[in-house]
Order: sequence, then C-alpha cells, then structure tokens
Amino acid sequence: MTGSVAERDGAPGGGAPPLLRLEKLSKHFPGVVALDEVTLDLRAGEVHVLFGENGAGKSTLIALVAGAQRPTAGRIHFRGAAVELGSVHDARALGIGAVFQEFSLVPQMTVEENLFLGAEQMDGPFLGKRQMHARAREILDRLGFPLKPTQRVAYLSRAEQQMVEIAKAFRSQLSILILDEPTASLTERETERLFSLIAQAKAQDVGVIYITHRLSEIRRIGDRITVLRDGRYVATLGVADATEGRLVELMTGRVISQIFPTIAYRPAETVLTVAGLTTATGSVKNVSLTVRAGEIVGLAGLVGSGKSEVARACFGVEPVRSGRVTFAGADTTGRAPRDMLARGFFYLPADRREEGLVMLRGARENIALPSLALPAFSGRLFLRRRSEQGHTVEIARRLNLQPLNVERAVDQFSGGNQQKVLLAKALSREVKLFVFDEPTVGVDVGTRVAIYEFIRDLCQAGAAILLVSSDLPEILHLTNRAYVMYRGTLRTELVGDDITQDKVLSHFFERQAA
Amino acid sequence: MAKDGSKAAPARTAKAWLQRLFVRLGVLPFLLVVAVVVFALLSDNFLTSRNLVNVARQSTYLTMVAMGQMLALITGGFDLSVGTMLALTSVVGATAMATTYAAAPDAVALAVALGVVAGLGAGVSIGVVNGVGVAVFNVSPFMMTLGMASVGFGIALYMTGGVPVYGMPPAFGATFGFGQWLGIPAPIYVTVALIAAMYVVLNWTRMGRYFYAIGGNVKAASLSGINVRLYLFLAYVLCSAMATVSGLMLTARLETGEANIGAAMPLESIAACVIGGVSLRGGVGRVGSVVLGAIFIGLIQNGMNLARIESYLQTVVIGVLLIVAVVADQVRQRFIASLQD
Repeated sequence: MTGSVAERDGAPGGGAPPLLRLEKLSKHFPGVVALDEVTLDLRAGEVHVLFGENGAGKSTLIALVAGAQRPTAGRIHFRGAAVELGSVHDARALGIGAVFQEFSLVPQMTVEENLFLGAEQMDGPFLGKRQMHARAREILDRLGFPLKPTQRVAYLSRAEQQMVEIAKAFRSQLSILILDEPTASLTERETERLFSLIAQAKAQDVGVIYITHRLSEIRRIGDRITVLRDGRYVATLGVADATEGRLVELMTGRVISQIFPTIAYRPAETVLTVAGLTTATGSVKNVSLTVRAGEIVGLAGLVGSGKSEVARACFGVEPVRSGRVTFAGADTTGRAPRDMLARGFFYLPADRREEGLVMLRGARENIALPSLALPAFSGRLFLRRRSEQGHTVEIARRLNLQPLNVERAVDQFSGGNQQKVLLAKALSREVKLFVFDEPTVGVDVGTRVAIYEFIRDLCQAGAAILLVSSDLPEILHLTNRAYVMYRGTLRTELVGDDITQDKVLSHFFERQAA
Repeated sequence: MAKDGSKAAPARTAKAWLQRLFVRLGVLPFLLVVAVVVFALLSDNFLTSRNLVNVARQSTYLTMVAMGQMLALITGGFDLSVGTMLALTSVVGATAMATTYAAAPDAVALAVALGVVAGLGAGVSIGVVNGVGVAVFNVSPFMMTLGMASVGFGIALYMTGGVPVYGMPPAFGATFGFGQWLGIPAPIYVTVALIAAMYVVLNWTRMGRYFYAIGGNVKAASLSGINVRLYLFLAYVLCSAMATVSGLMLTARLETGEANIGAAMPLESIAACVIGGVSLRGGVGRVGSVVLGAIFIGLIQNGMNLARIESYLQTVVIGVLLIVAVVADQVRQRFIASLQD
C-alpha cells in the first residue's frame, strides 16, 4: 500500500504547492524555546511521521498547526497561501482536524454532544438534536466504532474516548489530519481499524501528520519521517532510509558513547524483592523482580505498560491486591510513602509538575520537603533554617543547579533545572534504593548527561537503583539488568550483554509479524 | 532577586518602575495609598492618631479571623464557617460566663476562665468537624464549611432564641474589650501576639512548611512522605482557633453574647487574604500581607464611616474591592510571565 507513495519521495514535490508548508515556525514560552525555526512540508495523500524525544517540540508543532497555539514567529502556508490560525475554529474551517493525546472531551456530556461541541447544528433558533443524533450515528458507523451516540463520555474506557476524539476529527471534510500517538490506548483490532481509516483518508488526498514512538507503526503506515530535537528541525527521511540506529542518532544528536557514562557495577545484597505483585486496578499483574545494592536495574516498557505502577505500588502509592514487597529485609507491602522514605526507599515521580514539585515554592523548600523531620533540617519545635539553607545549597551545587539560587520559585527554572531540583530532593536524606521514573523526560541533552552521571555516582557509591524508563537507549546503556513489561505483565529479564535493542524491542511491542 | 542585574539595559521610566513594584508587592500597597489619600481629603479626622488607633483596634477582630482563613486558603481550601464560629463562641462563652457568675458572684476569675474555655471549645469543635470532613472524608471544603456554617448558626440561635446573652462579669468586658495599657487597647496586644505566633508557625515550623506544600501540590507532598490528612485537619482546627479567639474578644467588646455577630466574616476574611495576595489555588500567602489586607478593609470601613457613607453602600464597596484585587492579581500574573522572557 505504501509503495506508490514511496516513489514520490525522491521527486521534489512536483509543480503544485504542498498541502501545508511551515516556514521557520517558532514558539517561545516563558523561559523556554519550544520550537525554533522549523521548516517542514506536508504533501496531500502522505503520512508524515514526526519523531523525536519527549520535549523535542512535536506536540508544540501540531498545536500550532491545529490552531491551539499561535506561533511566536514564522509562517504557515496552506495550499500555497499564507494563513493565520488564530484558533482551533480557524483551523477546522480549513479542514485541519487534530486528535491530541490529552482529550478535548467533556466527560459529563454524551458522545454526540461532544462530537458537535462548538459546531452544533441548529434547527431554527434551537439545537437540532435529531439531526445531530442521526449525523453522529452515521459518522460512528462509517468509522466502524462500536459506540452509542447517547452514551456519556465519562463512562467510556480510554480507548473508547480515543475513538470519540478520532470521530470528532473525522466529523467534517478533512484536508489535514493530525494524530498524536493515537494507538497508545487502542487494542490491536481497533488499531487495524484506525490504519484502514488512515489509508482511506490518504486515498482522498488528506495529508496526515502522525506522531509515534513505535517503529513498527512507522514502517507500517509512514511515508516520510521528520526528526525534531530540542525544538529544532534535524532531518527528513523516506521511510526506507529510516533504520532504528539512524533514527536514535538523529533523535539524540550524539553518538551513543558520548551520552552514557561507563559504570562499574558491584552488585551486593538484595535490597528490594517483589513477589507476585498485582495491583488493585489490574495495571500490574503478577510481577516479580529483585534489585540489589550497587546495580542499576532497568524496568522498560511503553507508556501504560504498568512499569511505573510497579514502582509506585512498592512505594505505597498504588494499592496492592496481592503479592509481597520486601524492602531491606522487612515485609513492606502496602506501607505508606512516609514509612518507605524512613526506611530509605526514594521514588522520584515521572511528572515533576504534577507530582514531583511544589512549583510555586522555592527550590530550598522543595529540596528539604521529604526530609524536614530530620535533625539536619528541624529541631523538636522549629525549623533550622540556617542549616537547611546550607544543606540545600550544597546539594544544589552538587547537581550544578543553574542559576544557583535556592530561593527562586521552581516554576521559574528551566525544565532541565526543575528536573535537577527533583533529583536534589533524593539527596536530602539517606537512601538505600532510588527509583527513577522516567528521569530524563523533557530535558535537553546536556542535562540528560548530567543526570546519567548523577545516577552513575549513586550506583558506584553502593546504592541500589531501579530505572523505570520507556527510553530504549537509557535501558540499553545504563543498566546491568533489565526487565521488560508489556500490558501489565513482566515479559522477560535480560542480564548484561543480553540487553540488546532487538531483545528489548521484541518484548516492548506486540510481537511483530515479520 | 537574581534578575536585578538584567534590568540595567532598558530605560527606567517611572511606568516601568511602578510595574516592577506592582509585580513585587502586589496591588495592596497601591490600594492603601489611594485609600489614605482619598479619606484624608474627605475627612479631617481621618489622619489623627486617635482615629488611627481606633482603626487598628477595629481591625483586630478581622485580622485574627483572616489569619485563620489564610491557613485554610494556603492548603488549597477555604473556610466559610468562620462567622458561625464567632457566633457560637460568643453565645456559648457568654452563657457559661454568665451562669457561673450568677452562681458565684465572687469568683470573677473563675467565671471568665470557664467562659473562655467553653467558648474556645465550642468554636474549635466546629473546626474539628470541618477538619475531619475535609481531611478524612474528602468532602470539598466548600460544602463542608458551608454546611457547618448553617449548623453552627442554627445552634447559636437555638440556644439563645435570638436574644443577646447578658450577665457576664463587667471585668471581662473592661479588661478584654475596653482595657488599655500604655494607651494601646487590649485587643491589639492579643492580635500582635497571634500575628507573631502565626508568623513563626508558617515560617519556622514543619507544620507551616507542610501547609504550603499541600496547597502547592498535594501529590508531591504526599510522595514526599507528608501526612496530608493530619496537616489538613490541623489547618482547619487552627483556623477555627483563630476565629474563636476573635469571637471571645468581640464578645468582651460588646459585653453580650450575640448569635448574629460575624455574619460578614467569611467574605471579609477571604477578601483580606486575597487582597493580601493569598492565592485561591493554594500554596502562596504571607502573614504580613494578610494583616495589611485586614487593616486595609478596616481602614476603608472607618474612612467610609467618617465620610458618612451609608453602611449598605459600604458592603458594595467591599465587594468591588475584592473583585478589583483578584483582577489586579491576574494582571500581575501576566506581567510576571512577560518579565520572564
């Protein structure tokens, strides 16, 4: 199916202007350049994959094309003419439909009310409820989604909500379809259905912008791939040239050996033992693993594979249905975070804004927060502010916080330095086991290198480290042992030289047919 | 502070300077200056030392309640039942005091002590129920405190039948309501002590730090090992304690127990906090600014009285000022964002 389109790769687009052309598009947020002069074109009838790390600017780029945000500088040409996309409404009027990862659905409303939200059909002065109902049924039938138009969105599963979101994009005549990791929560059958819809759209000369991390999907439906890094354009390749190694190199901008330090592992006594762990929500099913002092154990898998939940259940955040967690020789199943911290178990959450940091408060307060009850930070009644100041500054200096001002509110630091504040929290007390949950999400390569060195130092100082990550190179090059998870179950354990791209990947995704 | 070095380049016009001041201090200093100038022009008596002491004394009751309210706001909630706490404290305290005094007219100190303890107990028990509801049962602070406001007010009216409670020992009012030392009224001493205590709690204890952390980001706080429930509970209890002390002081001033004092307290205390820069989303707020916010409201009321503005209209002015303060804070947030670039 992709053959006929692939031939066009070599040709310079023909005489007609491309469907969409982005010219030196930039987007600045306070303190951050999210997108820096990116130039890109989208042809009619192609699937153009955007590839890059988290924070590379993919989401910002599609937000600009979908009219959800306005560019700081640069131009968008649609069918050869410059356009201003001031709102999602403007973009929709041009036939640009987007399916974001964060859903734009109102949970209290029904499927059909959501489908027509902002574009309600009228019957005289009133809502044309009957027409909308009929239209909604027609759209859902055409797409082959098994949804009732009158169902309330709140009661739908995530996959079903995803379908509503997709149906919303297909509501009107499309010229450009934007999909941001649309298969993340779909089953295989639903994914097949979506792919055939994409094929249909392509046949009708719709241009598709598709964001995915899954290489199998790129091969399956992609025509061209554009790689972004740190908000900048890196390269555009035809799907035939996109080998995994090449993509990773383009994505990170470094040869792998420059990024990852060499680490001397000295595995000693077992610190954490998980046996037959199943969480109350079923996000983790019968998982068993061990972590020893002096080693870095990887826990790999896609977003939603349950790997974070394993760590969170051990830390006492996620309720446990069955199984045992043994930490430092004691049964700690279901203990609260407070207790786990006191025992020397430190969990660094993946989402620093949501769970990690108190953004409006200063770095000093954040760093000291988990350890405020320790003698270094407070006495029986009062805080020891001077000692606190000294300790936090020392920790911040160790992590090379920029600027080195611990009184500054955390949300006024750059993303990379916010991440350093988060790591600094772990240094405020004695810790036997560090659990890093996606420690390098949304940070630049420089900070990434610093974080890896930080992890290495902790490991070589004898701490046990569990690295939860969906970043493949991180698992490959930092860990001496790795577990791979898929949909809540532990697929395999790999040790030492066995941790290879192929072996990890074969368990990462559903097994590829070929 | 770190950015001071970067401000050399652009021309330092008065406007830019004012803007910077606005971003750093918020809207309150500007409002205060405007209010003082306006009222000084409207009334000759406004800027006399006697009147200013009067303003300070009148503001003490609101100041105490506002500091309690600030605790609830900092943890990301609020307390609509502070007015009820005043009323219940006043009625229960006065009843206990009057009963004891009637039974044993010689034991004035005992009567006062018993009355104070009973009043404190009554007010704080509302805070305890609020705290249990919010922290343990996860009832939204809005519903919980609104419900308790109704419960408390109902009990206070039921106990008194709506009639003021008389018969407290005169020494109580003479000491805590009208007493002076070195020319300064007694309520001011109590309030200053509470301000100092509140400053220490918020800035120098773990509890204070945890209040800010919980309001700033509950999840991060709980992942940092903080007992979120306990500290949420404590915030509401402390809030009620502040309101209760205010209720006792006001009872001493009025020399009667009244079920309908404090009706305006929920609005005025939240207004004082918001005007003083406490975030309604939680996690941000300073004691000093809240005290200034409360004094500002006292100042406005006093000024309007001197200028003979009708009391019904005064309510309108307070409401408008509250909204102006919130709008100004939004503008300030935008300035902060633009100064970041």
